[in-house]
Amino acid sequence: MTENPRPAIEGHGIGKLFKRSGGEIVTALDDVSLTVEHGGLAALVGPDGAGKTTLIRLMAGLLTADTGTLTVLGIDIAQDPQSVQDRIGYMPQKFGLYEDLSVQENLDLYADLHGVTVEERKRTYPQLMDMTALGPFAKRQAGRLSGGMKQKLGLACTLVRAPDLLLLDEPTVGVDPLSRRELWEIILHLVREQGLTVLISTSYLDEAERCARTVVMHDGKVLAKGPPDSITKIAAGRAFLASPPDGQPARQLQARLLDDPGVTDAVPQGGRVRLVKTSADADVPAAVELVAVEPRFEDGFMALLHKAADTGKSASMSLGQTAKRHNGETAVEVDNLVRKFGTFTAVDHVSFAVKTGEIFGLLGPNGAGKTTTFRMLCGLLPASDGTLRVAGVDLRKARASARQRVGYVAQKFSLYGQLSVIQNLEFFAGAYGLSGRRRKERIAWAMEQFELAELAKLPSGQLPGGYRQRLAMAAALLHEPEILFLDEPTSGADPLARREFWQRITSLAEEGVTAIVTTHFMEEAEYCDRVIILDAGQVLAQGTPAEIRAHAPESEDHEPTMEDAFIAVVEEARREHGRPGERSAA
Amino acid sequence: MSGNAPSSPAPEPSRHGGRVRRVRALIVKESRQIMRDPSSIALGIVMPVMLILLFGYALSLDVRNAPIALVIEQPSKMASEVAAGFRLSPYFDAQTVTSMAAAEKLMLAHEVDGIVHLRGDFARNVNDGDAIVQVLLHGTDANTARIIERYVLGAIGMASQRLRDEGIPVVGNGPVRLESRIWYNENGNSQYFLVPGLIVLIMTLTGAFLTALVMAREWERGTLEAIFVTPVRASEILLGKIVPYFGLGMVGFALCVVAAQVLFHVPLRGSFIVLTSVSMLYMLVSVGFGLFVSSVAKSQFVASQIALIASFLPAMLLSGFLFDIRSMPVALQIFTHILPARYFVTLLQTIFLAGDIWSVILPATAVLALMASLLFAATLRATRKKLA
Repeated sequence: MTENPRPAIEGHGIGKLFKRSGGEIVTALDDVSLTVEHGGLAALVGPDGAGKTTLIRLMAGLLTADTGTLTVLGIDIAQDPQSVQDRIGYMPQKFGLYEDLSVQENLDLYADLHGVTVEERKRTYPQLMDMTALGPFAKRQAGRLSGGMKQKLGLACTLVRAPDLLLLDEPTVGVDPLSRRELWEIILHLVREQGLTVLISTSYLDEAERCARTVVMHDGKVLAKGPPDSITKIAAGRAFLASPPDGQPARQLQARLLDDPGVTDAVPQGGRVRLVKTSADADVPAAVELVAVEPRFEDGFMALLHKAADTGKSASMSLGQTAKRHNGETAVEVDNLVRKFGTFTAVDHVSFAVKTGEIFGLLGPNGAGKTTTFRMLCGLLPASDGTLRVAGVDLRKARASARQRVGYVAQKFSLYGQLSVIQNLEFFAGAYGLSGRRRKERIAWAMEQFELAELAKLPSGQLPGGYRQRLAMAAALLHEPEILFLDEPTSGADPLARREFWQRITSLAEEGVTAIVTTHFMEEAEYCDRVIILDAGQVLAQGTPAEIRAHAPESEDHEPTMEDAFIAVVEEARREHGRPGERSAA
Repeated sequence: MSGNAPSSPAPEPSRHGGRVRRVRALIVKESRQIMRDPSSIALGIVMPVMLILLFGYALSLDVRNAPIALVIEQPSKMASEVAAGFRLSPYFDAQTVTSMAAAEKLMLAHEVDGIVHLRGDFARNVNDGDAIVQVLLHGTDANTARIIERYVLGAIGMASQRLRDEGIPVVGNGPVRLESRIWYNENGNSQYFLVPGLIVLIMTLTGAFLTALVMAREWERGTLEAIFVTPVRASEILLGKIVPYFGLGMVGFALCVVAAQVLFHVPLRGSFIVLTSVSMLYMLVSVGFGLFVSSVAKSQFVASQIALIASFLPAMLLSGFLFDIRSMPVALQIFTHILPARYFVTLLQTIFLAGDIWSVILPATAVLALMASLLFAATLRATRKKLA
């Protein structure tokens, strides 16, 4: 709307309160002001619970603000939501596709609702199908598409007619790196070729970096606004790379640095540790050599967040009693593991070995067979073929004795939501056969190490996301397992919660606990000693993070990342086997 | 799609045309979902068929050892012949009393389900070929009453057969004429009551229960959130739900009417048009209730529980379909006045068994119409394109 002098979105002093089921009042948005100009891509960035979704829903007219004014496309959204809804496209976080309708039927429904004429459809449908690569699947039911394809269909449904403004609420959450890249290509194409105005909310910082403007939110407030550069600049002169001593994984140095008062943020990167100091001249007494580097968006973002949030607490922890150290022994051994469901082979001759005290990563796109492999390792699902030894026990012969020695954190929150934190811990202690003094000791240990004491009486279903994760992990560690299995523990978690999680895992590994982790975040592979990449049930690559990274193609503008390597490995394998890019989520 | 908004001004379809297209699209969508969702078909089509067969046939289970009182005012050979027949029968548990008053006491205390009354002049009248046996049955359980009636008939028939065999002259149909009367339920054929009554159950189920469920499902799955941010109006979304489930409910209605006529030969004494019209009205009440429930309760579990408890169970238990309202405690009787099913049961029973009796039909129809308008007004008010 070039003729419209007003910005696409204009908000002043927006406030929104919610009442929780317990009657507690939560401030979702507090005095939020922002402007989004026409044309280009703007990002709403922030950790979980920052208020991004609430703000986008206000813009879509689905909620009403308690205070402040908000105009969208020059229209007061509180006065006339329908006029705005007639003109914008909105993709909620969980896009409500009709799963029992086909791809085409979903598109038709939205075309009808938007009043797209038959002639217009003739023109736009082929474009949409081409752009989203959904053409061959037009007759498939939406419920049987993979996660990435569902997101693309959701996007297509909002694009059946050219919206004046497109609102996307975390469109890439839970989507694997390949699908994520494809979605971004579509969005960038729309912005570049068609001059669309897009507001996207995300907790992926690399995505925010690609936008023309960003609004950083935390705890219902706007922390900063401006082009990504302006956020990056906050960390100017404060970003460094540090190399760990030879033979030591980067994560140990990283965990130490995170605890250092002179360090704002630290993450493993390419075998080294990237850190942001609290100020340019802050001392880092960890006796490491620092090499100054150009800051990136994430550095600036973390610096901003640390200033706003009380994140100084260390998440380093101890298992309690001295763990039995048998470094160098094999904790998990998988040889030619096969799992079939009918004619479908979910896991196809997978072999790998994990040494005691290692952190081992399983990476792969949606439906690669990661969860199935996990369930077999935990003795929850029998293998169709192959051998499987966990903690020296053949799982096909003695599942029960192996179970005592492993801890499992499932992908979905699998604690009792109505039980309080302490009741959940008591229940799991009982389930693991702990009793008497030991039970008391272990529960006390869990409350202390995971800082759960304050919330002990709260029903676990009402815990904030990060605390749920802690409780799930605490429950899995009560019986001091030698091996810990974590299925997508950081899925949907924000950068702060993810750092905290990995610091805990690093501490545990130092005490000799073996951790096997699946993840969607490729940069998290940097925390692992070794990684395998799975796709369509097969191992595509295996090795240390450095070895995996070597698969990445040369790039001129940035150092090859884990994600580049992952995409290269998976794409090459798919080309070779002529396997269709997408498999139905059976 | 191609080109920004300024370069391709969206053709402004006439407001009316857009509305029709949107509602049609929603109806098509909903119908496809019904066809593909096994649970909708199960509730809308399979369930009615099952209920018809169950209520029509399976409930006619044998009744054994039915407690009855045998009133023999004057002992005689004939009377003991009849009494022996009852005592020997596996179907009855007969106790003999000497006065009607004593028997009625037993019946009121629900200790017996029926009374077989042989009057003092029974023996004499048998000889005259004109004996009357009076049978009184406890009709609150119409089904049992009907079965007992049939057995009593059989037992007395056997007795008269034995009398005939002994050379007693038979006049007309036999020496014994049976005069039976079912208390509380004069037309005691249970199928006559049950099959029309099923229409109430089935329409309540598809209207209130299924509609509440599918609407709550849309809230739960987030499909409404995406639909809301389009030109569609809240009233159009409601209309897109009403039409298909109204249709599905009327299919259930048709199944019941066909079953009533073809399988169970229930008479339809009123007119088919009146029957269909009042059923359509009840279907509107039912769908309106379902939509209202789901506009308040947005989870499938809660919505289905509310719909079940507030519409289906009362329709089954308190509408007069299974249990006569007049035999309920006064408080319950008063309560039934707020149940739409109550009025519909009255309408159905009247139209099927009595005819187009306008003095009954008009007031009940008026109440249903009022209820439908109130429910739709409330739903329209409660349904906003908002998430919280």
